[in-house]
This record gives sequence, C-alpha cells and structure tokens, in this order.
Amino acid sequence: MAEDEALIAATALVKQFGDFTAVDGIDVRVRAGEAFGFLGPNGAGKSSTMRMIGCVSRPTGGALRILGLDAAKDGAAIRARLGVCPQQDSLDLELTVLENLTVYARYFNIPRKVARARAMELLDFVQLADRAGDKVEPLSGGMKRRLTIARALVNEPEIVLLDEPTTGLDPQARHLVWERLFRLKQRGVTLVLTTHYMDEAEQLCDRLVVMDAGRIVAEGSPRELIDRHSTREVLEVRFGNDPLDGFADKLDGIGERVEVLPDRILVYTGDGDAAAAQVHGRGLTPSSVLVRRGSLEDVFLQLTGRTLVD
Amino acid sequence: MVTTLIFPRAMSRLDHRASGALSVTARNLAAARHAAYWWVLLSGFVEPLLYLLSIGVGVGRLVGDIALPDGRLVTYAQFVAPAMLAASAMNGALAETTMNFYGKLKFMRIYDATLATPITPMQVSVGELIWAMCRGGVYSAVFLVVMAALDLTTWGWALVALPVTLLVGFAFGALGMGLSTLLRSWQDFDYINVTQFGLFLFSGTFSPPSDFPVPLQILIEVTPLYHGVALLRAITTGSPDWTVLWHVAYLVALAVAGLTMASRRMGVLLLK
Ligand SMILES: Nc1ncnc2c1ncn2[C@@H]1O[C@H](COP(=O)(O)OP(=O)(O)O)[C@@H](O)[C@H]1O
Ligand SMILES: [Mg+2]
Repeated sequence: MAEDEALIAATALVKQFGDFTAVDGIDVRVRAGEAFGFLGPNGAGKSSTMRMIGCVSRPTGGALRILGLDAAKDGAAIRARLGVCPQQDSLDLELTVLENLTVYARYFNIPRKVARARAMELLDFVQLADRAGDKVEPLSGGMKRRLTIARALVNEPEIVLLDEPTTGLDPQARHLVWERLFRLKQRGVTLVLTTHYMDEAEQLCDRLVVMDAGRIVAEGSPRELIDRHSTREVLEVRFGNDPLDGFADKLDGIGERVEVLPDRILVYTGDGDAAAAQVHGRGLTPSSVLVRRGSLEDVFLQLTGRTLVD
Repeated sequence: MVTTLIFPRAMSRLDHRASGALSVTARNLAAARHAAYWWVLLSGFVEPLLYLLSIGVGVGRLVGDIALPDGRLVTYAQFVAPAMLAASAMNGALAETTMNFYGKLKFMRIYDATLATPITPMQVSVGELIWAMCRGGVYSAVFLVVMAALDLTTWGWALVALPVTLLVGFAFGALGMGLSTLLRSWQDFDYINVTQFGLFLFSGTFSPPSDFPVPLQILIEVTPLYHGVALLRAITTGSPDWTVLWHVAYLVALAVAGLTMASRRMGVLLLK
C-alpha cells in the first residue's frame, strides 16, 4: 500500500514504561473507510497503541503518522479530527447526558448552537434521547458506553478510535453497540478498535492484527487469518472431569492437528462430523462433542499457544 | 483592533487558544449550575468578613492608629481590611485550584477526556484559573463594597483594587494548582492548609512586618501573601508608590511559574 493512502501509518512503533516495553516495534497501516482491529489478550499493548494513535501518549520510538501529520508534532491538530472512546468511559459525572456532549463539543471550538443540534442528533443515534437531561451516574454500563461513543462523534471525526467498546457489557448491550458501530462503518467512517473478543473482531473488522506481548503476530482479514492459521471446522470434545493428559496420543492422526486444553480437546479438521466419527471409532466416549467453524480464537491459540480470554 | 489587522494569523491563533481555555471554564460553569456549589461559594466570603469585624473593628478599638510605610496614620480597621481582602482572594483561589482541581485531576479524572481533544494542558490550567477568578472576583467585589460602606476605603480606590485582587487570586491559584499536581493523597492537603493559615497570620496582615525580628521579617517579605497584602493596602489606603510595581512583578512571576508547573505536571501525569 502506498504511504499516502494510509490514514494511520505506524512504523516500528515502540512504547516503553520505564524499562518495560509495552509496544515492541509494530507496523500498522489503516486505510480510509475500513474497520481495523487490534485483537489480543489483556496486557498485549492494545491500549498503549491506541493512546499513541490518539496523541495522548508519546511514542518512545518509531514513526507515527496520522491523517498525513506527525503524531509527535501535530498532536492537537490530529486530535481535532479524531473521535476517541477510551477503555474507561471517562464521562463527566457532574454534567447531564446532554451536557457531556455539548461541553465536549466546545473543546473542538464548535459553536454552541451547532453543538446542541449535533448533540441531540447523536443522542438519537445512540438511543439515549429520552435521557438527555439526566445525570450520567445512574445510566447502565451499556448506556454509558453508547454515550461515550456519541461523545466521540461530536466533532464529526474522520477516524474513530474504540478501545474495547463492549468489554463488560451484557450480550444485549453488546449487540446494540455493535449495531451502532456497524452503521458508522456503513457511513464510511474509519473505525479502529481493540478487543479481546474474537466474535467482535469477526463481526466488525475488515482487517485486523493479532497482538501478543507488544508484538503483532499475524495480520489479515478475519477470513484470511482463519484460513491461514486454523481449519474450516473444529471439533471440541470433553471427557467429563477426567484428566486429559494422555489423550493427545489416543487422538493422534484424527484431523490435521490436535490441541489439548485443560478442560477440552480441540481437533482441527476440514470435516468435524467425520472427525467425531473417528473419535467414536477408536472406542472413546466423550461426555460432549461439538462441531463448530474455525474462529479467531483458534488462530490466536495456534499462534501463541494460549487462549484469548482466560 | 489594530493588532488584528497587522497580525491576523497571530491574533487568530491567540483567539483560538483563549477560546480553548474558556471552554474549560464553561465546563465548570455548567457543573456548578447543578451542584450545591452556591452554598460553598457563600461560606467562602463570610469568613474574612467575620475577621474584619471582630479583629479590625473590635480589636481596633484597643489598638489605636497605625503608621503606613510612608508615615501616614490610618485606623487599625483600615490597616487590617486590605489584608483580609488579600487573604480572601488567596483563599477563594486556593479553594478552587487545590481541592477541587485535585478532585477533577485524580479522582473524577475529568481532564483525561479533555486532553483527548485539541485542548492542551496549558489551556486546562488557564481555563481552571479563569474559573477560580470568577469565584474570587465575586468574593472580592462584595468585600470591597463592605469596605467602602464602612468607610475603610473610598469607592474610587475600591474600583482600582478589584482587578488587583484578581491578580492576587491568579497568582495564588496558579501556585495552588502547581502544588496540587505534586500531592499524592487527600492527606497531603494538610500541608497546604497549614501553610495557608501561616501566611494568613504572618504576612503583614495584623501588624507590619517591621514589628518582627529581622530574620522573620525577611522571611515574610519573600512569601507571596505579603506582596498581595502590601499591594492592596497601598491601594485601599490611597497611598500607592513605585514599590507596587515590585509587588505586581512578583505576583505575575508567581502566576507564570505556577501555570507552567501545573501544565507540565499535568502532561506528565496524564499523557504517559
Ligand atoms: N502507564 C503505564 N505505566 C506502566 N505500565 C503500563 C502503563 N500502561 C500500560 N502498562 C503496561 O503495559 C502493558 C500493556 O498494557 P495495555 O496497553 O493497557 O494492554 P492492553 O490494552 O492490550 O490490555 C501491560 O503490561 C501494562 O501493565
Ligand atoms: Mg486495554
């Protein structure tokens, strides 16, 4: 990809805290209009990366260009064109729902009248219009998250940064957030998000990088990554509370690869049902058998030997 | 107007910066409209008024007249009133820029979100100080009305004194904000409170610094409230001379130092 096509271009980007390296030389290109994801477990360095992109944290090394500007020099000019939804909501609890948007809009030098009109529109968009005059404190987690997303949109940003947009939300609240983010994507807004949920990455991201311990271990579309590092189907078998140590040998040769986890065994295969039949054929009687499609979780496991969410 | 024509770009940049700071001030105004803030505000100027009445007027009966640096004699109430005015400007500004500022910085974490916008730490500091000045300005104005009404100064000098109280507040506010960024917990505010009370008692407030032994006198003359007191006393007693320039310069330098420290430290704390 040509340099000038990228809205965000990080080259050998490093972030250190003291002598601890949180981001260890990553290269990232984000194109206009795409939804780009950072997938990785806690502590992978996702937030540190997002804060550097948001120009609220100085890179320790490497180059970072955003919207054609240098993050180290033009922070304020870049921030003016970004929308940020940080990992912690950071809403202003002394203000009402509406004021959280109008006051924030003033930070972007948006005229009062425009700010108010836009705030009302955004509250509509995130389905909080009926709470406009309420305090923020009593809102549910999902509502606070949606308000933070609305706040990130108040300056009509070219790029929206979302750090774990749905972590801690119940399934219903998550789907509502996903649905709103999907609409943003349809409008052509460039989304950059982090997550440790593989389903979130699969649903929302056109392209993503898998991060682990400050490094990028894989990059591509969700489909590409699954095709490259996993199989079409995965067979999950459990054997009640029996210890699973010896099972690697017993299942050897079934499918393309066998992975023994503490609580279950994964068999990577193109045909899950056939693999299940083979398991039974060897005289084994699993307490449960599940055939599912290969996922980003499997990709992560394959690349790092660990699961995403522990 | 002329400057706008000659330096349009520089002026518009300045304008932009100022409006950024004012948007921080506006946030506080919006928050204050909800809170039980107005009661807090009220309590702030009752205290110096009580001091003025009890000590200035009450004790003043026992003390008799006092000589100013230029030799003129004034009543004790006239002597003490400008000191209470300076102390009230100090207290008002510190109330906003120590406890409240610290709460927003570390506890409510308001500025984490603010700094994700084009707003800079310096604009946050200036915006907070302007807010503190709005509060301090109200205190001072009321106090000056009382002074003029009690014949402790003239209406004309009271008018001159008002912007000077803002300077005193600005300097203390900046200092307080800078120091607040160093505090680790609420307990540390005890240091600030004790210092504040020490300044209140010894800054030439109740008796001229020359009444004290020379070492103490020198100490008094390097601390900030002394300069506020001396400056306002020169004005409300109608006897300003060239030394007021020195006091003004001291307070301006303090304000600049405090602001610089506050914004630098805010950067260190929040933009990691
Ligand atoms: N301000 C900080 N000071 C010291 N260490 C930090 C700081 N912020 C993050 N870290 C460390 O850097 C690593 C990466 O953190 P983070 O970027 O928050 O990861 P993620 O968002 O992927 O969970 C973690 O080990 C974390 O403890
Ligand atoms: Mg994180």
